[in-house]
Amino acid sequence: MAKKKLKEIVINQDWCKGCGICVSFCPTKVLELDKADKATVVRPEDCICCKMCELRCPDLAIEVLTEEGDKDE
Amino acid sequence: MAVKDYLRERFFPHMWCPGCGHGTILNSLIRAVEELQLNKNEIVMTSGIGCSARISGYVDFHSLHTLHGRALAFATGVKLSRPNLNVLVPMGDGDALAIGGNHFIHAARRNIDITAIVMNNRIYGMTGGQFSPLSGPGVKATTAPYLTIDSNFDVVELARAAGATFVARSTAYHAKESTELLKKAILHKGFSVVEILSQCPTHYGRKNKEGDAVSMLELHKTNTAKLGSKALEENPNLVPRGIFVEKDRPEYCAEYDKIIAYATREKVS
Repeated sequence: MAKKKLKEIVINQDWCKGCGICVSFCPTKVLELDKADKATVVRPEDCICCKMCELRCPDLAIEVLTEEGDKDE
Repeated sequence: MAVKDYLRERFFPHMWCPGCGHGTILNSLIRAVEELQLNKNEIVMTSGIGCSARISGYVDFHSLHTLHGRALAFATGVKLSRPNLNVLVPMGDGDALAIGGNHFIHAARRNIDITAIVMNNRIYGMTGGQFSPLSGPGVKATTAPYLTIDSNFDVVELARAAGATFVARSTAYHAKESTELLKKAILHKGFSVVEILSQCPTHYGRKNKEGDAVSMLELHKTNTAKLGSKALEENPNLVPRGIFVEKDRPEYCAEYDKIIAYATREKVS
């Protein structure tokens, strides 16, 4: 199966209320809250594209954009 | 279609508190609709009153924001007049089982093809944190400063006993599972009930020292277990998740059509 590759994590900061659910449950700690208590991407290279932040976000403010990568050997 | 095509973006950010589980349930529901490739013009969402009921304003379906507890009554009217539409009815715990308890059991008894979603945060959030029939004993609420003594309903057992033909339970933490259960519930022909445990950090969490949204979600993870899992076998006190009822029984609109056909048949002289 082709492994998903991260293109971009789009965070709609106007919708984000800073609850921190995405930050706490991210398995590779890609996200953090910034000074204004809004979710922000700090370690995109660690993202495994599980999309749990997108699925759990109560504010529907996260979108994980992926592209099909090379075959996962 | 993308997820956002099912939302009325002009009403965002929504009015739910930071970390409210209802937002996650909206998220899961929208994804279920998207994955089923349903036509949004063939979906009707009716809701009652409360934090949960605001959900009908955020979705770009046909929507009815109705009276407290009466979402299922309105939904029954919609479904009987236009049986080809998908009718979704998200309700809060109080809306569904206190104020609307009667409508809930009778919709289940009739087995009308409606998908009822109980967004159970165990509290009346909008009015300031009063306890509900799903709070259970030993809970602090604004109307129970010395703890509640009332037993709670078990939504699954109640729905099963009343005659619902699809009954499932999940939590806001288990967002993927919720989407899968909602998809099955929407496709099921008959009255389907999906209880999704939600968190209210503002009222329930603060009063009961359950912490913020994150620690309340952790509780969803640690206090529940999948039906048939080893964890549930070892600790029966955990709240079971999964599909509890899935069976066939004559559906109300189909039976009603038969009555219409019989009443308007050509009389043989």
